Amino acid sequence: MRVAVQSAPFDPGAELTAFTAGVRGAGAVVSFTGLVRDEGGSLSGMEIEHYPGMTEKAISGMVGEAVTRWSLCDALVIHRYGALLPGEAIMMVATAARHRGDSFAAAEFLMDYLKSRAPFWKKETGAGGEAWVAAKDADEDALKRW
Amino acid sequence: MIEVLYFAWVRERIGLPREKVETGAATVADLIDELRRREDRYAAAFADVSALRVALDQELSSFDAPLAGVREVAFFPPMTGG
Repeated sequence: MRVAVQSAPFDPGAELTAFTAGVRGAGAVVSFTGLVRDEGGSLSGMEIEHYPGMTEKAISGMVGEAVTRWSLCDALVIHRYGALLPGEAIMMVATAARHRGDSFAAAEFLMDYLKSRAPFWKKETGAGGEAWVAAKDADEDALKRW
Repeated sequence: MIEVLYFAWVRERIGLPREKVETGAATVADLIDELRRREDRYAAAFADVSALRVALDQELSSFDAPLAGVREVAFFPPMTGG
């Protein structure tokens, strides 16, 4: 398992290749990469704030739960903070299990929990100035299925 | 003495990322009442606690949780990761 909380950009393709190469006993790897949307050109950038210490603990807790619940062979979470530009990768999740159902479910579980339970806050900068991104009720509701 | 941390717009409204607070508050809600009475910027940040979340020693918690033994309290809006 690897959890990386970093300001530096990362290469999702290279990370996925390295993750897949290091997995033992898996038959299915699923990955998800979240990007900064450009919102039709109206968004010029994003600043992500986080809570150092709690962020790593919260994500490690989620990953541990996913590994147990879906018998994962391995899992990876990378999440950036700081200044990001449209098109850049914000975060990625990769899960490896014996069968694809478990890999997909664990990746969705991790995404739903990262959205609402990892202490990150996004602020968008655009033509209209700066604004904190509001949490969506749908994101909170998504946790109920788990 | 408790270390109190603020994030996102809570930090911006209060104007500080963190501070040490001398308090005898028994619960998170009591601490919020104390902070609200300090100055308008605190009252503004804590005007609607339904828009806030709290973590005690880096674990999500509730407003009625006791503060006994807690070293670090953090206030922030609902998280927007992913």
